[in-house]
Amino acid sequence: MDLNFNPAEQDFRDEVRSFLAERLPARLAHKVAQGRHLAKADMEQWHAILHARGWLAGHWPVAFGGTGWTAVQNFIFENECALANAPRIVPFGVNMLGPVLIRYGTDAQRRYWLPRILDGSDWWCQGYSEPGAGSDLAAVRTTAVRGVDGDGEHYIVNGQKTWTTLGQYANMIFCLVRTDREAKKQQGISFLLVDMTSPGVEVRPIITLDGGYEVNEVFFTDVRVPAANLVGEENRGWDCAKYLLTYERTNIAGVGLSVAALERLKRVAAQRTRNGRPLAEDSLFAARLARVEIDLENMKTTNLRVIAAVAGGGAPGPESSMLKIRGTQIRQEILALTRRAMGIHARPFVAAALDGDEEMACVGPDFAHAAAAQYFNNRKLSIFGGSNEIQKNIVAKAILGL
Amino acid sequence: MNFEHTEERRMLADSLDRFIAAEYGFETRNRIAASAQGYSSTMWRRFAELGAIGALLREDDGGFGGGGHDIAVVFESLGRGLVLEPFLASAVLAGEAIALAGSNAQKEILRSIVEGGTIVTLAHDEPDSHYELARVRTTARTDGGSWVLEGAKSVVAHGDHAQLFIVSARTAGAVDDEHGISLFIVPADAAGVTVQGTPTMDGGRVAYVTFDGVRLDAQAVLGEAGHGYDTLERAVGRGVLALCAEALGAMEEARAATLEYLRTRRQFDVPIGSFQALQHRMVDLLLEIEQARSSVINAAAALEGDRVPRERALSAAKMTIGRVGTLVAEECIQLHGGIGMTWELPLSHYAKRLVMIDHQLGDGDHHLQRYIALG
Repeated sequence: MDLNFNPAEQDFRDEVRSFLAERLPARLAHKVAQGRHLAKADMEQWHAILHARGWLAGHWPVAFGGTGWTAVQNFIFENECALANAPRIVPFGVNMLGPVLIRYGTDAQRRYWLPRILDGSDWWCQGYSEPGAGSDLAAVRTTAVRGVDGDGEHYIVNGQKTWTTLGQYANMIFCLVRTDREAKKQQGISFLLVDMTSPGVEVRPIITLDGGYEVNEVFFTDVRVPAANLVGEENRGWDCAKYLLTYERTNIAGVGLSVAALERLKRVAAQRTRNGRPLAEDSLFAARLARVEIDLENMKTTNLRVIAAVAGGGAPGPESSMLKIRGTQIRQEILALTRRAMGIHARPFVAAALDGDEEMACVGPDFAHAAAAQYFNNRKLSIFGGSNEIQKNIVAKAILGL
Repeated sequence: MNFEHTEERRMLADSLDRFIAAEYGFETRNRIAASAQGYSSTMWRRFAELGAIGALLREDDGGFGGGGHDIAVVFESLGRGLVLEPFLASAVLAGEAIALAGSNAQKEILRSIVEGGTIVTLAHDEPDSHYELARVRTTARTDGGSWVLEGAKSVVAHGDHAQLFIVSARTAGAVDDEHGISLFIVPADAAGVTVQGTPTMDGGRVAYVTFDGVRLDAQAVLGEAGHGYDTLERAVGRGVLALCAEALGAMEEARAATLEYLRTRRQFDVPIGSFQALQHRMVDLLLEIEQARSSVINAAAALEGDRVPRERALSAAKMTIGRVGTLVAEECIQLHGGIGMTWELPLSHYAKRLVMIDHQLGDGDHHLQRYIALG
């Protein structure tokens, strides 16, 4: 047994590090480190930098413009990016739709859509969740009815999607739609690509409890979608959906993000004082901090064990549910401790301090302006992508056989 | 044994609950929370007319209550409505400090507080204090017949709309000595006072206040110079009880809303409340909230008693509330799923208030350590 990366993996890590040192704009890293909201242009800028280096699509084969990386390389890359405070890649096109098109798409679909994902021509968002469906994805009610007119074969889409992350910036949405109302739940669903600039598409913001805006409701009223935008077979969209979810849950443990958050927490705990001494030396606080650090170290190894088990590429199966549960618990605990470390300074909330590049004159300790907002915003970690309760059901069924 | 409130207290609670339900709905509350003032002067006067402010002060001080259970009853109602008006700052913290230590002339302020007029707030926390009551860096020195105040206070409730501050300042001793702390009544418009207001995560406003060579006359001292700590501890103790009771009211609302959701929200073709995994968590919440209620009763009963049992009961309650309040907030959001993350849902605002109560007058860790130290 050897817990270290092999020499080739270490070389790769060094290569990633020097790339980040050279090409990650300090302005972006600072915004991420400060917990500020990224603008659309910020996300596009980082996307373009990664694309230029050929490192955008970690999970794609080289033949389609991907990196062809192993699971370990992907882990190393994502980890190093998080530690360097790089923005996260907007995952919907690159990490979710891309693998689905590569597996289920037609040649024409791959030739057209994959390069556009890489060069940023399209901004994709995800049309899975619906009001009343939540983690019960098969309860999809948005309908797509096939027809033919003078312009050819098409679907007419009606319904509503919700929790559409960054949908306000997207021009394309991949949707689960019901194409057979008679069929049983998971049959009769299709996977459809919809142009959001089509007549009949409406996007409405959902403001989250922290005052932020990243999710939306998307309404479809008689939206015309070319039949060529069907991915895979009609009524077999559930296959695509499940396959995509395994990629959504890749790197769901978020080890790098937790390590970065823990480093910030340690800085805060060294600066803030209680009873005249650093919070990091306060017995209760130090114990909580140590406990979460140990949990994180353990999870890092659990994550690597899962990755080693799927060596040769692909995505882990139900093990990713375990990583999601524990990973989100750990990150939420780190963010809770960061909020607690702020003491009374956790309460003031200046929304403007989180937006834009301007450094607002915030009174109080470093990061105080973002600590509570990040804590509240990241309650979502245990809800989205299949809530932790759903993940436990998966583990119970798929791993324990209960 | 009798755990029933008196007839008077029940009537007060009923009329407060009715008023809040009828006049202080969620939309109104959120509008007030986001307003430039952070509370409503009109509402504040209406609360005064209802007797809700007077119930927090003793008869000798111009009120008609002032007992632990009076405070608990009023604040539980305020918590159910997420009320933003300056009950805690003006009536409990500043009011009690003036009632305990004030001269007859200073006690005149109390009448105005009870009528919903003057807003007074306690300016005590500082940028580098972490809930520690005796850590005061702000200083006051004598200069001829007057005092000169220098320093900065953080996260002062209603600080940008209060007319008067009760300011803690060091007139002797080391930075964390209990002895040598003095309290001063400082007009907000005094020369050298700078106020920078800011909204808070849980609605309403606080301010950072700096005192730059503020000159005060001899009558500005509240009580005896250098002996402010006892007054501070008593006032803050009442504030702790008030916050705990407020949290209890907010928890009850959050629990009720979540229970209703579990009963009505259907997933996989059944109400989600039929899932045992969720049922057990609701049972845990129920047990925890009942424990929290008992901690508030203990604290209210101990409020007028001797220092050590009193302060231990108060710290026990605040520690319990800090832990349970955060648990209730997090579990209620989680049990609601995505909708629990939205601004639109009242529950998320209850959750924010519950978590932020742990950031006022000492969090769970602070009070756990204090409880041990008081041993």
